[in-house]
Amino acid sequence: MAHDFGLQTASGHLTVSEESKQAYPADVEARFRADAAQVLERYPQKRSALLPLLHLVQSVDGYVTGRGIDLCAEILDLTTAEVSGVATFYTQYKRHPNGEYTVGVCTNTLCAIMGGDEIWEAVSEHLGLGHDETTEDGKITLERVECNAACDYAPVVMTNWEFFDNQTPESTIRLVEELRSGAVVRPTRGPNRVSTFKEVSRVLAGFPDGRADEGVGAGPASLVGLALAKEQGWTAPEGESSRHQGSPTTHGEPSADGDGATDASPAGAARGTTMGRTEVTPASDDAKARKAEPAAARDEADETPAEEETSTRTTGSTPKTKKKKKDS
Amino acid sequence: MTTTLTPILTSFWDDPKSWTLDTYVRNGGYRALEKAFGMGPAAILQAVKDSALRGRGGAGFPTGMKWSFMAPPDGGPRYLVVNADESEPGTCKDVPLMMANPHVLVEGVAISSFAIGCEHAYIYVRGEVVHVYRRLLRAVEEAYAAGHLGDDVHGSGATLDITVHAGAGAYICGEETALLDSLEGRRGQPRSKPPFPGVAGLYARPTSVNNVESIASVPGIILEGVDWFTGMGTEKSTGFGIFSLSGHVKNPGQFEAPLGITLRELLDMAGGMRDPDKELKFWTPGGSSTPLFTAEHLDVPLDFESVGAAGSMLGTRALQIFDETTCVVRAVDRWTDFYKHESCGKCTPCREGTWWLKQILGRLESGVGDEEDLDKLLDICDNILGRSFCALGDGATSPITSSIQYFRDEYVAHLTHGGCPFDPKASTLIAKDHKESVSA
Repeated sequence: MAHDFGLQTASGHLTVSEESKQAYPADVEARFRADAAQVLERYPQKRSALLPLLHLVQSVDGYVTGRGIDLCAEILDLTTAEVSGVATFYTQYKRHPNGEYTVGVCTNTLCAIMGGDEIWEAVSEHLGLGHDETTEDGKITLERVECNAACDYAPVVMTNWEFFDNQTPESTIRLVEELRSGAVVRPTRGPNRVSTFKEVSRVLAGFPDGRADEGVGAGPASLVGLALAKEQGWTAPEGESSRHQGSPTTHGEPSADGDGATDASPAGAARGTTMGRTEVTPASDDAKARKAEPAAARDEADETPAEEETSTRTTGSTPKTKKKKKDS
Repeated sequence: MTTTLTPILTSFWDDPKSWTLDTYVRNGGYRALEKAFGMGPAAILQAVKDSALRGRGGAGFPTGMKWSFMAPPDGGPRYLVVNADESEPGTCKDVPLMMANPHVLVEGVAISSFAIGCEHAYIYVRGEVVHVYRRLLRAVEEAYAAGHLGDDVHGSGATLDITVHAGAGAYICGEETALLDSLEGRRGQPRSKPPFPGVAGLYARPTSVNNVESIASVPGIILEGVDWFTGMGTEKSTGFGIFSLSGHVKNPGQFEAPLGITLRELLDMAGGMRDPDKELKFWTPGGSSTPLFTAEHLDVPLDFESVGAAGSMLGTRALQIFDETTCVVRAVDRWTDFYKHESCGKCTPCREGTWWLKQILGRLESGVGDEEDLDKLLDICDNILGRSFCALGDGATSPITSSIQYFRDEYVAHLTHGGCPFDPKASTLIAKDHKESVSA
C-alpha cells in the first residue's frame, strides 16, 4: 500500500460467497426483525435505521452478507442496490467474513511518524497479512486505519474499535498473540475486556452491553493540562453561579484562590493572589476592561513563578528550548 | 507565561467515575438546564449570540447566529444534530470529552434544543470509538431516568428526546450535510448549498448541526453568564477551547485554555519538545486541513483572526508537532493518502484531483519525478480549491501548498538524493525511549 501511489485493489469486494445468500434460520431472522423494530423506533423516517441495521447484520453474520442486505432492504422498503450502495460506502462494513478481532494500526501521518509504520510492518510480517486480510484461524483481521482521534496517545492501535495507546511493534505483536490465544485482552481506555467483532457490532447498532461503566474516564494524556492547572492553582474565572450562590461577601471569601492561599510556596501564593484578583472583578462591569486589566497584572506576577516552576517540574528542558528558539 | 489554563469542560476528568451523572451533578451539572428553563428560548439564544461563541468544529461560524438563521417555526419538527464524527487528522478533543464527561454534552443538547424548539436531537458519533458510544448511550439513559430528558423536562412542559447514532467509518460525515445524508441512511455525501440545513436539513426540516465542544460550551455560558465567557479569549474569538498537543512534545495531551494562547506557551506547559536538542520543524494549528506553520509562528495567538492573518486556520486546535527528524514530504504524502481515501467521490475535482496528488506525492517521496512535479502539484491544487461542494478537497491542498511554500528545498532533496533522505526510525516514540534509556 505504501508503494502503490494510490492504486486500490478490489479483492474481496466483488465476490459474494454462497453462504452469504442462504436464508437466515427462522429463529435468527425472528430475532433480527424484533431488534430491527426497536431500531426503527428511534427515527421518524425508517431509512435512518439503515446504518444501525447494517451494524446489526454484522453482529449476526460477522460481515455484511447478501442475506443481510436483502433483509434490510425488505424491512426498510429499499432496493437491495440502495442498501448495497450504503454498505459499500463505509469502511466499517465488511464485504467478506471478518475475523473475530479487527486489529487496526493507525498509519495516518502523526501515528505513522511516531511509530505506526514500524508497528504496521512488524505485525503485518508477523501475521503474514496485508490490509483487510484475515488469519487462517479466523481470529484476526489486520487493517491500516485512519486517524482515530487519539493523537496524544500516538502511536495508536485499535482492536475492535477499543483504544490501545502508545503502542510499539513488540506490544502489538504481543496483543495479536494474546487475542489468538483467547486470553482476556484489556484496552488502555475502554471496557475490562475487548469484545468480539460481532459483540461490538451489536453495540454499534445501539444495543448497550452494560460495559459503559468499565474502564477509566480519561487516560494520562487527557489529564496533562488539568494536572498542570491543579499544580499551578490555575482555575477558570468565577462566573454568575458562584456569586448568586455565595453570600454577598463573596469578594472576601478565599473561594477558588484557596488553593493558592494554602500553598506554602511563594509561587503558589503569588499565583493565588493573581487569580483572585482576576476572579473577583464584578462580571457586570465592562467585560473588555476586565480582560485588559488582569492580563497586564498577570504578566508581571507570573514572571517570577515561571522561573521557579522549572525547578519543581520534572520537565525542566522547556526554558532552554524556549531561549534557543528566541535566539535562532 | 501570560496565559494560564482554564479547566472548565475538563475540570473533573480526573474523577475516578467522571462520566457518571452523580459526578456531573456533584460538579454543578444540570443547574444550567434548570436556569435555562427559567430564561426561556429567546433569552438563551440571545445569551449564546452575545457570548459570540464560535463553532468549535473547525469553521468557527458563530453558534448563536447559526441558530438564528434557522427558518421560523411552522409547527413542524426542528432538529439539533450534534456532530461527534471527530475524524480530522490530529483532532482528538471531542472523543476524550465524551468519554470523560458525556453529561456536559447531554446538558448542552438539552439547553440548545430548548432554545431552538427542537424536540428530538441526534448525536452522530463516529462508529470507530465504541467506548465513547457506550458512554453516550449510558449518559442519555441516566439523563432520562433523572428527568433531564423525556416529557415535561424539569416540569417545564418541554419535551426532548436524544438519539445517539453511530456512524460506520467515513471522514466525510464530519461535513454537516454529508452527516445529515448519512443520518438519513444514505451514503455520506455533501449536499449542494443552499438550501442550508437551517432551512432544509434533516428530513428537509430546519436543522442546526453543531460540534460537540460548541454544544458542551453552552451550559457554562448559561450558568456563568455571557461576561464570564467573553472575559476569556480575545475580543473576536471569545471563550475557551481544548487545545490538543500531539507528536514530538514531551507531554502530549489536552490543554483547556482561553483562545489566543500561543504555541510557545502551550509547548512550555507540555514540557517542551520531546528532545530539547531537536528543533520544531512544522506544525498544524488545527488539523491536517489547515496550512502548516513553522517555528516562526510560535507566537501567533491561537485565535481565529490571528491564525487566519498568519496564513492558516485555527480549525480544531489540533496541534500536531513535528521536529526536525520528520520528513515533511512523507507527512504530506500520508495526509494526501488520507484525503484520497476519504474523498466521497461526488465532485470530480476532489475525487480525481486527490488521486493524482497522491500519485505525484508518492513518487516524489520515493525520489522519482522531477522539479516540474512541484508545479504540477500546485496546479492541481489550484484546480481543486474552491471547486467542490464541500471543503474536503480544499483541505487536501492545504498541507501540499504550505509545505511547498516552506520546504521546497526538501522536496528537491528527495530528487537529488534519489529517495527520502530521512531515517523514519529517528522520529518514532521508540527512538525517544531508546535515547532516554541510553542517557540514563
